[in-house]
Amino acid sequence: MRHLLKFAVIASLSAIGLNAQDSAEILNRMKAMEARINALETELRTLKAERVAQAAPPAAPLPPPPVEMAATPEPPRQLGGAGGAAAKVLNPDIAVIGDFLGAVGKGGPNGPPAFEMHESEAAFQAILDPYARADFFISFGQQGVNLEEGFITFTSLPAGLQLRAGKMRAAFGKVNTLHNHVLPWTDRPLVIQNLVGGEDGINDAGLSLSRIIPAPKGLFLEGTAQIFKGDSADVFRADRRKDFSTVGHLRAYRDLSESTNLDLGASYARGHSAFSEGSNQLYSLDATLRWKPLRRSIYHSFIARSEFIWGRASKRLLTLGNTSPAGSLTNPFFTPYSAISKPFGYYASADYQIAQRWFIGGRFDRSDQLINSALQDTGGSALLTFWPSEFSQIRTQFRRTRYGDKLTANELLFQFQFSIGAHGAHPF
Amino acid sequence: MQKSNLQLIFGAILLATNAFAASKLNVVTTTEDLSSIAREIGGDKVDAESIAKGYQDPHFVEPKPSYILRLQKANLLIAVGLQLEIGWLPPLVTQSRNPRIQPSAPGYLEVSNFCHITEIPQGQVTRAMGDVHPMGNPHYWLDPDNGRRIGKALQDQFSQMQPADSSYFAQRYADFDKRLTASIKGWDAKMAPYKGRKVITYHRSWPNFCERFGIQVVEYVEPKPGIPPSPSHTLDLINLMKRENIKLILVEPYFDLRTPNSIAQQTGGQVITLMPSVGGVKEIKDYFQLFEYDINLLVDAFSKLK
Repeated sequence: MRHLLKFAVIASLSAIGLNAQDSAEILNRMKAMEARINALETELRTLKAERVAQAAPPAAPLPPPPVEMAATPEPPRQLGGAGGAAAKVLNPDIAVIGDFLGAVGKGGPNGPPAFEMHESEAAFQAILDPYARADFFISFGQQGVNLEEGFITFTSLPAGLQLRAGKMRAAFGKVNTLHNHVLPWTDRPLVIQNLVGGEDGINDAGLSLSRIIPAPKGLFLEGTAQIFKGDSADVFRADRRKDFSTVGHLRAYRDLSESTNLDLGASYARGHSAFSEGSNQLYSLDATLRWKPLRRSIYHSFIARSEFIWGRASKRLLTLGNTSPAGSLTNPFFTPYSAISKPFGYYASADYQIAQRWFIGGRFDRSDQLINSALQDTGGSALLTFWPSEFSQIRTQFRRTRYGDKLTANELLFQFQFSIGAHGAHPF
Repeated sequence: MQKSNLQLIFGAILLATNAFAASKLNVVTTTEDLSSIAREIGGDKVDAESIAKGYQDPHFVEPKPSYILRLQKANLLIAVGLQLEIGWLPPLVTQSRNPRIQPSAPGYLEVSNFCHITEIPQGQVTRAMGDVHPMGNPHYWLDPDNGRRIGKALQDQFSQMQPADSSYFAQRYADFDKRLTASIKGWDAKMAPYKGRKVITYHRSWPNFCERFGIQVVEYVEPKPGIPPSPSHTLDLINLMKRENIKLILVEPYFDLRTPNSIAQQTGGQVITLMPSVGGVKEIKDYFQLFEYDINLLVDAFSKLK
């Protein structure tokens, strides 16, 4: 330090003594030296960048910052992907999915109007912390805004358990768990509409605990137990705390070959009846067979699925007079006792992908009505779907339905679905 | 006294089971290229298995529950990253109930972080560009230098997870590095006569490969990433190929050959199915054979053309 100071003083003193010509020369020299230092510095930077390339940092959660490229003779290779705007990286993945529905022809009691912006669903999804993730789906429909789902999933529990808390679609069967935009149809099957609450379905606030059950090699067994407040569309109603509902689901899955697999499920749901003081119980069996050849997976696939649902519903009223096609009462007689209705229904559907962007499908529906299980609705649909890209689809569905023994509806439904924002997971 | 003894015994048992469990790392990778490199570095200390098959489009893998079973037991999940697996990996990882491999956990590794990435979009990105990867092109393993970087990253990762075997992994990496350097020399020599040749590819799978070996990709059979060929784009392509005398169309094994074949027919060109991944065909059993196969195919095609 002291030496440096001395040197500086001597240097400045001698500098004073120099004439103008000398100082100009020194200035030039200094400039030359500065240029050299700059060149050396850039070289050093390049070398360092190359060293980073050789010895990469261990498990960096974020891509390393882009290496400075300014004025280097050979620009160093940038490592890692683009960072995106740093301030926004912790925002959740956001997507908005639009569902526009139109219909022509003679409709049934629950048929859609000529045109409707059926639903706009906003999805917000992110990893919450090292232990959990959170998912919110808010749907803006014709009647208003609805929290379709909003839950936290604990992904790091011991013993292979997974816990969900919040409002969620119950794990009852297959269709009840699916959002509108991943359905292979524009509507939901009759049995779902009659017995499982239709579009809203069993969708309630509660807890869900699931576990992968040890099974022979190659077999995937998953058990899910759920408990909810007990309010779900026309299925369950809870006036008191003890009126909670429960849902149990067992899923068995197996790869039959590299391209074919079978997915089976059994479900049970129980809650306070929406119509009387008794309880409602629902049982279901579902089966899905999928085929997708790996080498041509983007061109061809086939899915067949079916669900059988049995109900045991307490009801307070019996229809003695006329019923409207949907089963609601036009001339109600109230009987002073509860009775049990045992409706049954099912659907069977198949979808085949004929080209990269084209799908054809069909569905057969049959279901008893919930209140008056003597009345049966039957329907059939044929579908054609075109995907302009992965983010939009155009679908037409011809639907013929015979409601009870009265009315037959023939409708042509068409749908535009479109999604913006974050790339969601492909449905399975 | 007894209590502490008991604790000691339990501790010893725990340690023993841990040591036993740690003797072999259970690694799941998203693609076969990564599992091949993992085997190169990990040798018999690592069990590496891939989810996607080499002949499958890695963008469109189905999130089958059978994969959940594999992920449930994994110590380490190695992914390509850059949103290649965005359509299927996140739900699998969430459902795996395996805290070790959740993103941000030490057992989750995206190797794109260590590699030279091309086609990082500059400026605004919209889906009008097709199914673009906003973080850069994820097919980066097709540059052998990136393979080396992946190897190094895996050596570090394996050593971190299993310090007892770190010298083993270091030695295996050194060997991999040496063999790769030798192979690259051979591949470069084979490709040298064809530097600057122009080709058409189906999808944007080859920027790293072509950059590395000096091939120029002029256009794509897809009008935009993920959008199937359209008649007008195909016509433009035919005109371009005729104008610039481009003869070669490179197609990945999972794309339909109808459009490329008809283009080739009208331009006197040739279609070759180049393998983007290990396991694309049976002969390609490891990362070295992948380049061997592709380069032989290309050299053969180029040499016959002129």
